[in-house]
Amino acid sequence: MSILRGKWSAISVPLLSVALGLFVGGIIMLVSGYNPFVAYAALFNGIFSNTYVLGETIRQMTPLILSGLAVAFAFRTGLFNIGVEGQLLVGWLASVYVGLQFEGLSPFVHIPLAILAAGVAGAIWAFVPGLLKAKYHVHEVITTIMMNYVALHVVNAIIRTYLLAPGERTEEIHQSASLQSAFLESITDFSRLHYGIVFAIIGAIIMWFLLWKTSTGYELRAVGFNKYASEYAGINVRRNIILSMVVSGAFAGAAGAMEGLGTYGYMTVMPDFTGVGFDGIAVSLLGANSALGVVLAAALFGGLKIGALNMQSVAQVPTQLVEIVIAMIIFFVASSYLIHWISNRVNKRGKI
Amino acid sequence: MEYVIEMKNIRKEFPGIVANDNITLQLQKGEIHALLGENGAGKSTLMNVLFGLYQPEKGEIYVRGNKVNITDPNIANELGIGMVHQHFMLVEKFSVTENIILGNEPTKKGQVNLKEAEKEVEAISKQYGLAVDPTAKIEDISVGMQQRVEILKTLYRGADILIFDEPTAVLTPQEIKELIVIMKKLISEGKSIILITHKLKEIMEVCDRCTVIRRGVGIGTVDVSETNPDDLASMMVGREVNFSVEKQPSDPKGNILEVQSLVVEDSRHVPAVNGLNISVKSGEIVGIAGVDGNGQSELIEAITGLRKTKSGNVMLKGKDITNWKPRRVTESGLGHIPQDRHKHGLVLDFSIGENMVLQTYYKRPFSRNGILNFTTIVNKAKSLIKEFDVRTPSESTPARALSGGNQQKAIIAREIDRSPNLLIAAQPTRGLDVGAIEFIHSKLIEERDKGKAVLLISFELDEIMNVSDRIAVIYEGKIVAVVKPEETTEQELGLLMAGGKRKKAGETS
Repeated sequence: MSILRGKWSAISVPLLSVALGLFVGGIIMLVSGYNPFVAYAALFNGIFSNTYVLGETIRQMTPLILSGLAVAFAFRTGLFNIGVEGQLLVGWLASVYVGLQFEGLSPFVHIPLAILAAGVAGAIWAFVPGLLKAKYHVHEVITTIMMNYVALHVVNAIIRTYLLAPGERTEEIHQSASLQSAFLESITDFSRLHYGIVFAIIGAIIMWFLLWKTSTGYELRAVGFNKYASEYAGINVRRNIILSMVVSGAFAGAAGAMEGLGTYGYMTVMPDFTGVGFDGIAVSLLGANSALGVVLAAALFGGLKIGALNMQSVAQVPTQLVEIVIAMIIFFVASSYLIHWISNRVNKRGKI
Repeated sequence: MEYVIEMKNIRKEFPGIVANDNITLQLQKGEIHALLGENGAGKSTLMNVLFGLYQPEKGEIYVRGNKVNITDPNIANELGIGMVHQHFMLVEKFSVTENIILGNEPTKKGQVNLKEAEKEVEAISKQYGLAVDPTAKIEDISVGMQQRVEILKTLYRGADILIFDEPTAVLTPQEIKELIVIMKKLISEGKSIILITHKLKEIMEVCDRCTVIRRGVGIGTVDVSETNPDDLASMMVGREVNFSVEKQPSDPKGNILEVQSLVVEDSRHVPAVNGLNISVKSGEIVGIAGVDGNGQSELIEAITGLRKTKSGNVMLKGKDITNWKPRRVTESGLGHIPQDRHKHGLVLDFSIGENMVLQTYYKRPFSRNGILNFTTIVNKAKSLIKEFDVRTPSESTPARALSGGNQQKAIIAREIDRSPNLLIAAQPTRGLDVGAIEFIHSKLIEERDKGKAVLLISFELDEIMNVSDRIAVIYEGKIVAVVKPEETTEQELGLLMAGGKRKKAGETS
């Protein structure tokens, strides 16, 4: 048990959870009449066997990193942002809008501008729950969930009313705003890999730097841990709650830009949520809310999702089983935190 | 002599430390037995062993002469051992009776028989003179009453060996007196009591014998009638302790803090501070004596900017700082050792180093253009840890992991290091052992001697009497008397604190 506690727990708990999740997934496959060894071999091959799937895995993990960072950032400062999905949608739309509206810009201006627009849109969307929380103590979980639905329908209405092109979608963005790269596609056997991963990694570095190296991060973390002590220290608690939501929303918006400028190059009328925002919660949890952890967890989830496609075609195991495996991993991460929490409480009571 | 409880040569280890080593505790029937030790000496560990929460590595436990193996708290309950916890375990929204029967509900045809239980609780309450209303809601009764509910809970479950874990830490002087009466009544009804404490005065007052432990080791058991506080203190700390606070007469200069007709409302919009006047001069310590809940918290919050005032003025060094924001107040020369060190004083999940710069992290040299400079933060923390003798493995240890005394030292280090003109110390020694108390008192006096003004708020009359140069008595949000410690007595202060008038003529402002 000792390895599950102390400084190694941030690594040992997720690893053990992944192993247990795969194990339980295997049992479910057995019960359902599939051979788990064949299925997992196919899954593994589906992630690493060739450059195409590797490219697809990286593409898949790109928005997951940013949505995971969004959840993790809010969590570090004591807030639960369930609204990443909605912030991602408005970010996606904002990036596509900028990609469509400006012509003749250099990519070095156009791409950052479009990502910035996405971040600002996500930030504005998160600002509302932040303000309500800071001023009127409205719980952010409720408001962010509701804002997701508002986002979904507002975004669809805007596309239908102003940006509609044939096929229930917007026009393709200008090339100068696109993250797509013929070079990256060519070295990965024509996967949809794009430059977004660079921005996602930069996002992770920004989060780490902001939280741990700046006085603003000090304030945000202090407010997250203990708002009374923060108030005592003269920190503006309300301002920091809002700031935390805004930064979190900006990460979420940038995640939308990865889809809008990278994978798709347009936005469709959304029949339902993308799920990337909600997966961000799982990524953040598995990554122990740290920047590096989020990147690694996003890689795992991205890999599992891409590998699942191969698992289905080779081993005829439905992709839903990978969803179950992911759910089990999260279940074990969550329950190991529960075990920690209990053992910590017992220790505290017996403190000498 | 037969003992109701005999713990022999108990040893309990945790990874890396021996919490209890060769401790023997023998409780006679009908005695109040003190378990004395500094914070972190191993008192709670020993009691948790007795209560079945921990299994000892070595040693034996006998209850009423029979060797027992207490593997969980239920067995302890069955053996008639009950614990009155320091932090009450009560459901706020439940009535007294509902709390007492919780987990042990008497039923009639599958329904909880509350009426019957209420009668029984009433009867026990009468028998021991507890005067608890069985139908009152916990959230409506005072802390002292809540503690009695905890006592009732153990009695209702048939305990005849009661463990009190630092019961007076949360009580006002009046409530402490009442508790002592209750404890004596319990003994006369045939109960036996273990009293965990580090307050020597209480031991001298109520206990028959006293077992001392120091750093996990049993030092010995003494008859209280044959010892004195000085001997007990040196047994506990391992060195001579100086009780009488040594200080020169004060040499007050000009006013640093002036509070004029201040009115502050509490959270229910009732005036908690109601036309209060007080001043603190440079080079003096003014102690505010009063029963908890007479406006002390609201006064501090109003001065420090944490609560808006209704009317009146707060002047610091001649500047009107009324309703300034906390940071502006802090920067204009105010240090504040808050009453609740866990809630306000520290961010427990931050390291000691991060906590040391809680008031200054945004300023040079700790921060430059918004970027923290960890080298200077760590160096500052290291020097404060050394100067104020904060016992911590390192400056990167989370504040949560430190003992209460060391957490308090860290706060005091941080506040004094900024060299404020006015230092507000609210209950600075609450829950601390004599060694730490001695240290903190000497630091307050040191600040005074440097020409700073110190405002001390405490519910401990001893502390007020020993440390203050002037004593202001607060009652119902007003200062009702200002006296000199050498010209008054604890009795007189107690009377004033309860709203009584001063008999002899004295200063009134």
